[in-house]
Amino acid sequence: MTDATGTPPRAESIFRQNLRNFAFNRLAVASTVVVLIFIVMAIFAPLIAPHDPNETDLFRRLQPPAWQAGGEWSYLLGCDGLGRDILSRIIFGTRISIFIGAAVILVATTIGILAGLASGYLRGWVDVVISRLVDILLGFPYLIFAIGLMAMMGPGLVNIILALAYKEWVIPCRVVRGETLVTRELEYVEAARALGASKSHIMLKEILPNIMSPVIVVASIRMAHVIILEASLSFLGLGVQPPTASWGSMVADGRAFILDAWWVSTFPGLAILLLVLAINVASQGLRDAFDPRFHE
Amino acid sequence: MSLGKLIERLLQLVPVLLGVSVIAFLMMALTPGDPVQIIIGDQQITAEQEAALRHDLGLDRSIPERFAIFLGNAVTGDFGESFYHRRPVSEVIAERLPATIELSLVALLIALATSIPLGVLAAIRKNSIFDRIATVGSLLGVSLPGFWFGILLLMLFAVNLHILPVAGRIGYSSEIEPITHFLLIDTLLRGRPDAFLDALSHILLPALTLGLPMTAILMRVTRTSMLEVLRQDYVTFAEAKGLSRRRVLFRHALKNALIPTVSVAAIETGSLLGGNMIVETVFGWPGLGRLVVESIFLRNYPLVQAAVLFYAVTYVLLNFFADILYTVLNPRVKL
Repeated sequence: MTDATGTPPRAESIFRQNLRNFAFNRLAVASTVVVLIFIVMAIFAPLIAPHDPNETDLFRRLQPPAWQAGGEWSYLLGCDGLGRDILSRIIFGTRISIFIGAAVILVATTIGILAGLASGYLRGWVDVVISRLVDILLGFPYLIFAIGLMAMMGPGLVNIILALAYKEWVIPCRVVRGETLVTRELEYVEAARALGASKSHIMLKEILPNIMSPVIVVASIRMAHVIILEASLSFLGLGVQPPTASWGSMVADGRAFILDAWWVSTFPGLAILLLVLAINVASQGLRDAFDPRFHE
Repeated sequence: MSLGKLIERLLQLVPVLLGVSVIAFLMMALTPGDPVQIIIGDQQITAEQEAALRHDLGLDRSIPERFAIFLGNAVTGDFGESFYHRRPVSEVIAERLPATIELSLVALLIALATSIPLGVLAAIRKNSIFDRIATVGSLLGVSLPGFWFGILLLMLFAVNLHILPVAGRIGYSSEIEPITHFLLIDTLLRGRPDAFLDALSHILLPALTLGLPMTAILMRVTRTSMLEVLRQDYVTFAEAKGLSRRRVLFRHALKNALIPTVSVAAIETGSLLGGNMIVETVFGWPGLGRLVVESIFLRNYPLVQAAVLFYAVTYVLLNFFADILYTVLNPRVKL
């Protein structure tokens, strides 16, 4: 189909070239490795965690980390107010952060791609309706929107994913719409239209593969935001409910003990920082490699 | 910008504000749980009394009717009665608002006062160690979860060093009769420098926590735009004319480099609204953000609904002003 116009963009080779650019950025690659370690930790949490994350032991209540007086090496990062092993809870908490982050981005990006393609390619009333909806959703500060929805739906894993995805999709949607508006005018798309290809074929097979780079970059940048948002909701008590370990609620639990047990809040927060920082650095590397405007 | 354009832009706000109101209304209208049961609580009342209460609250009407009433009342500032406080919602919100505005303004001030000099320095000394530290710092700033950073600050300055207070807006011994309800101003108006310092010590940590992500973002924006301006011909020309480096930087370059910073600052001020729910919860700050979080757990829906609408309208208006500001500062951009 694309032969008719001569030079269609060769999506795959450009993608590989961008990946090679990314591989040269050592800091970004190192950060990707950190993210992968977190993912492995999430998947194999039951095998890696030294203890049951929900097992309480009041004799170990607020037991300090191993290197402090009163600490034990089998409870490396100490225990919380109910005597639960903090390291094991952090390892299991990785599951919540990564799973919710990935699920929200997956749902939001899928909806955003479909809505953005329809809006940018079909134009007309479809564009007007989608664009107005995007404007309205952008009118809410993110956390307030999510808090309002969580108040309505009640806490729970699926509800957090929905509460965050309801607003998150507008971001990939705007990117995809913008890219589609440009791409739809390119010759190879016009050629496909002239050859009688259906609208869905043009949107999904001709346009989409060529606009995936910015979508991937935006998805990776947004993942860090979503993880912080989820942790913020959990911190406020609107996220995953106890006793399930989530980093945000672990930090909240530790607030009661900041006078005498610094470790309860500090380590889960450090885990959030490390994961979010690694994702941010890796996505910056992705952006530099995939976005031609950042090529030197 | 012409008045016509401004009016056109203002009219474009109408469907957005209407849509935002629909969502804020539906969020609470569709919430499971009967508001009448929440109000009644453990009290024993007759079915007639219950029906009368339902009628008074307008809950016996259809959803579109209820929305029309909600919108009509909202325009006049009537959001019903807070289930918990047994007082008008608007009154309760108005009471808490000055604390939130004061905190947001101090956070904004801290962000502007630190990000602009740091961003300019990083641009002037591009690729130096300072620039690298600033870049890493700004990346850390956007990656730090605010609630955790706040707790770390509390542990360091309040618990370990004992130099700043743990929570609240002012100490008991410094409490004063409010005038404007902005304590930093009121303490000065009442001629109480000791109380001013006390209020300042209370606001410092929450404002730092709230302002940190904004500082990181504004520093990056200032650095990038300063670098861009320094590459422009007129800067080279000014230097070639023999003007001092300092004069070129501050009289010519900085003025233009700050245009994006000011615009982004206006947009980011909206994001402080979301942040203050977290920060107020961490620091026990008696503002609107904490009130909303508490109200969610108390199922105080009229208050949550009004606050969500209030935040969203403020956010939309702030973004609108950010757009206008950008156009005024940068005449090449048209709305």
